Amino acid sequence: MAGLYKSEYKNPVVNWIDTRLPIFTMMGREYGTFPTPKNFNYFWNFGALAMITLAIMLATGIFLAMNYQPNTQMAFDSVERIMRDVNYGWLMRYVHMNGASMFFAVVYIHIFRGLYYGSYKYPRELLWMIGVVLLLLMMATAFMGYVLPWGQMSYWAATVITNLFSALPWVGHAVVTWLWGGFSVENPTLNRFYSLHYLLPFLIVGVAFLHVWALHITGSNNPLGIEPKGPQDTLPFHPYYTIKDSVGLCVYLIVFAILVFFAPNYLGHPDNYIPANPLATPAEIVPEWYFLPYYAILRSVPNKLGGVTLMFGSLLVLFVLPWLDTSPVRSCRFRPIYRQVIWLLVVAVIVLGFVGSHRPEGIWVVLGRVCTAYYFLHFLVILPVLGKLEKPLPLPESISRPVLPGGGGPIPSAATAKPMEKP
Amino acid sequence: MVRVAAPRSLAAVLLAACFGLAIPSGAPPARAQGEEALPQEHWSFSGPFGAFDMAAVQRGFQIYSEVCSNCHSMKQLQYRNLTAVGFTSDQVKAIAASVQVPLGVNDQGEPILGPGTPASTFRSPFPNEQAARAANNGALPPDLSVIVKAREGGPNYVYGILTGYTDPPAGVQMQPGMNYNKYFPGHQIAMPKPLSEGQITYADGTPNTLEQEAHDMVTFLTWAGSPEMVVRKQTGIRIVLFLLLMTGLTYGVKRKVWAQAH
Ligand code: HEC
Ligand code: HEM
Repeated sequence: MAGLYKSEYKNPVVNWIDTRLPIFTMMGREYGTFPTPKNFNYFWNFGALAMITLAIMLATGIFLAMNYQPNTQMAFDSVERIMRDVNYGWLMRYVHMNGASMFFAVVYIHIFRGLYYGSYKYPRELLWMIGVVLLLLMMATAFMGYVLPWGQMSYWAATVITNLFSALPWVGHAVVTWLWGGFSVENPTLNRFYSLHYLLPFLIVGVAFLHVWALHITGSNNPLGIEPKGPQDTLPFHPYYTIKDSVGLCVYLIVFAILVFFAPNYLGHPDNYIPANPLATPAEIVPEWYFLPYYAILRSVPNKLGGVTLMFGSLLVLFVLPWLDTSPVRSCRFRPIYRQVIWLLVVAVIVLGFVGSHRPEGIWVVLGRVCTAYYFLHFLVILPVLGKLEKPLPLPESISRPVLPGGGGPIPSAATAKPMEKP
Repeated sequence: MVRVAAPRSLAAVLLAACFGLAIPSGAPPARAQGEEALPQEHWSFSGPFGAFDMAAVQRGFQIYSEVCSNCHSMKQLQYRNLTAVGFTSDQVKAIAASVQVPLGVNDQGEPILGPGTPASTFRSPFPNEQAARAANNGALPPDLSVIVKAREGGPNYVYGILTGYTDPPAGVQMQPGMNYNKYFPGHQIAMPKPLSEGQITYADGTPNTLEQEAHDMVTFLTWAGSPEMVVRKQTGIRIVLFLLLMTGLTYGVKRKVWAQAH
């Protein structure tokens, strides 16, 4: 029989609820006593920071939606009304606007953490893939959100990006017309983008729940990339990591606040304060900073279909990353060659960011092509091959004994590079 | 712990190279090559503690009313907003009543004009875009409500536009009806020089040099585009101080908690 839960809570009200719906037990298990590797560094803050940013985006977005008008005649003015006449409307809008940037910054660092410490490897492949789904959802949400204020960049970014689908063979133009709901970006486009911009964040909430669920099945990775061997290697999540995450959160909020209160338009493009005008193309159409590397990849090949394929490919390759990396060792700390090579990837992506913000002329074309080539080379060639060639450094025996007693000396070869502990 | 020495240095070199890239591209953003560097004015509102010089905002509003409002609308502002820059509500009522604004239609369905109220939007000089273009040689004077936020370089750029009129350099062919401006992209601007030395008579006796007039004008336009700026920065200072305190406290607690870790 589906029995009542035998709750251990003493408080009668809590116990009454927990007996019928063991939510207190669940929260306690997942966020209280949850055994967590004891050696996290501050890179492990960024998942929690992403969660909090998501909550901030939802909260501010819902208030913005109360006063926003998804109509091409009114959208621009309604955003200014929010800034001027709604109580603390400027705060809601600037937090939401800069929150998107903060969200991407956090998630990019979070992804880098995963790459550096091999968190995508067995058994966390699905957790990683759900993460990539989150990234794709975030990108779609941010793109559609950027269209809503209906400034010049909103309009022209929407035009450029939707037009990419016209590269699809045969059906391209039909697809674009279908996306637009007409023959150009117009009121129907704005309406549906608004509807989707409201919907997608709630999908993100759902997928993030799956992400954390999967995390709590496999347990967290850690900077050493070896699994905890027992209770001596872990600490309860609370209070150790709740407090460590709180420190990170405070520092994060300082950066966030400086952006919102002192330079709210620093990351934005001034053209988005010019109302959308289908008859006047801006001198340069540039996306927000967090899309620049993809934009550079898109423009690195002269062929439209080729560019679109590479751009989507640059994201899709992340899905198969767990199978491209053939090294049995997770953490870069024990991969002497890869821990250098990974910085080349970081540099290539940052350079692509700069390339994306410049007209594709002269040196920028060359840089764009070299870095795009490196990006794919990294994932498709270097990772598979390097895993086979590289001789990893000896792995520590366990998290609580990273150094052998006696200290410093090389670890006996018996312990060397034992492949990850597959059952 | 076993470590390799080299990687840090490689990483450092590569990252440095990255930021090296930023320098040619990073300097005053997006002024195309060969364009005049913008003037770097000192503004009362710049910096985290900056606040609007309200007398300058009021003088700027005077210039707007006397000069710019003949061609430019400011549709995001209502006369009531002027109380925020130090006008009394009686002054605002008088300012609003001195302009004729559209008041809907009469019983015959004809549009009627009448004196404005504090709730009226700043009067637009032209009923529509076509009328504005017809009166301006085909060019459209943009709405000035958020012009400072809508241009790269913000206040310094608008200041540059107002002070950047010169005779065209030898050999430059001007289009009919166009004026030469050092700072306007392409240098040919449809707006005739709107401000000049001694043009405005200030009630408070402020010297009416072109620089002073342009400076006041831009202070007003910056306020108009970001009326929340001062409250925003003051809130920001309090919040950042609070967060610094919280960071210190939280870090202290964290040290204490982690001291018990096995
Ligand atoms: C005689 C009509 C007229 C008057 C008076 C006038 N302007 Fe203009 N203004 C224009 C026109 C027309 C344009 C569009 C210029 C173009 O696009 O070439 C313009 C453009 C501008 C621009 C935008 C330049 C750019 O970067 O696109 C600013 C800023 C500006 N005016 C400020 C002012 C200010 C401040 C005043 C009052 C001191 C003023 N204008 C008075 C007609 C006028
Ligand atoms: C909406 C965006 C996201 C949210 C809210 C989110 C949230 C979280 C949280 C709370 C954790 C646990 C804490 C931590 O380990 O830092 C986590 C872990 C993880 N996330 Fe995300 N995440 C997001 C996006 C992504 C993306 C885009 C990826 C990768 C493409 C990703 C990959 C991972 C991996 C691999 C882990 C396990 C890491 C480990 O324990 O080593 N996440 N995520």
